[in-house]
Amino acid sequence: MTHDPRFLFALRLADDALILGHRLSEWIGVAPQLEEELALANIALDLIGQARMLYAHAGEIEGKGRDEDALAYLRDVPDWQNVLLVEQPNGDFARTIVRQLIYSAFMAPLWRGLKASADPTIAAVAAKAEKEVAYHVRHAGEWLIRLGDGTDESHARAAEAVEELWPYGGELFEVDEAGRTLIAAGIAMDPESVRAEWNTTMDMVLAQATLARPADGWHQSGGRKGRHSEHLGHLLADMQFLQRAYPGATW
Amino acid sequence: MTTAHVPLWEVFLRARNGLAHKHAGSLHAADAEMALQAARDVYTRRGEGVSIWVVPSAAIIASEPAEAGMLFEPTASKIYRHPTFYEVPDEVGHM
Repeated sequence: MTHDPRFLFALRLADDALILGHRLSEWIGVAPQLEEELALANIALDLIGQARMLYAHAGEIEGKGRDEDALAYLRDVPDWQNVLLVEQPNGDFARTIVRQLIYSAFMAPLWRGLKASADPTIAAVAAKAEKEVAYHVRHAGEWLIRLGDGTDESHARAAEAVEELWPYGGELFEVDEAGRTLIAAGIAMDPESVRAEWNTTMDMVLAQATLARPADGWHQSGGRKGRHSEHLGHLLADMQFLQRAYPGATW
Repeated sequence: MTTAHVPLWEVFLRARNGLAHKHAGSLHAADAEMALQAARDVYTRRGEGVSIWVVPSAAIIASEPAEAGMLFEPTASKIYRHPTFYEVPDEVGHM
């Protein structure tokens, strides 16, 4: 099935945001401290809010009557086009923070650039998301600095999280044919144009955190084509349960 | 996580420009930057503030409840300190 590139663009941004937002929401009730539980919930709500606007937009572009709920709750694994990074399990707190930093450090300059998108809805979402994600970078960055430059145990956990998740960063920079069309049309942004800033953010935080930056090279891939890790199915089973069990339920 | 080595901080918020910071509550955080972030995340979720102060709770010098009589009761008989003995002209507006 071929989709309108504009539909895919909005959908991918939305899928990244919703899946990561859902992952963060899994911390509610079990976060390491009350203050951090609220912080993670706040970030989750920012991301879910972004996803809602993007799904609504994607549904309008598609023009088949699918609204934000249909796109969020009634698609199965192969239909999701989020990067593999965001569906990775929370793991320990260090892993959640590293995952967040890799994504947010990429999205912050991307949203800033997308404020000039030729698609006015994307530009409007970007204007809102830019400020939200800027704080997510700060929050995750400050935590990673403290985890890395903290105790022996927090350093070891942070180092392991960076090592494990680093290969998932590369997928954020992938561009396919649909993406190239939109970049040429001024609707999307070439992810290469934010690589320098992403590198700077990651290098600065890792250096302060006394953590080594893993070598770039081979990266995990497949999410943008609907090929996912085993984790996404479990996440969807949890997230979509209500609409699957009680179709059309509202409250 | 133990909070034994995580200090307590007092949070003050200014709701709007022109108003004073008011005490909003307290929280635990490892250092000043984390306290500021936690204050933002815990106490400004509904647009409560445009400015945050965080102060180590240990830095606050408090009056002794046992000394309340000495400190505060003498003012009770001095009602002339309240500006209630003259009319405020309407032109003055909100004071």
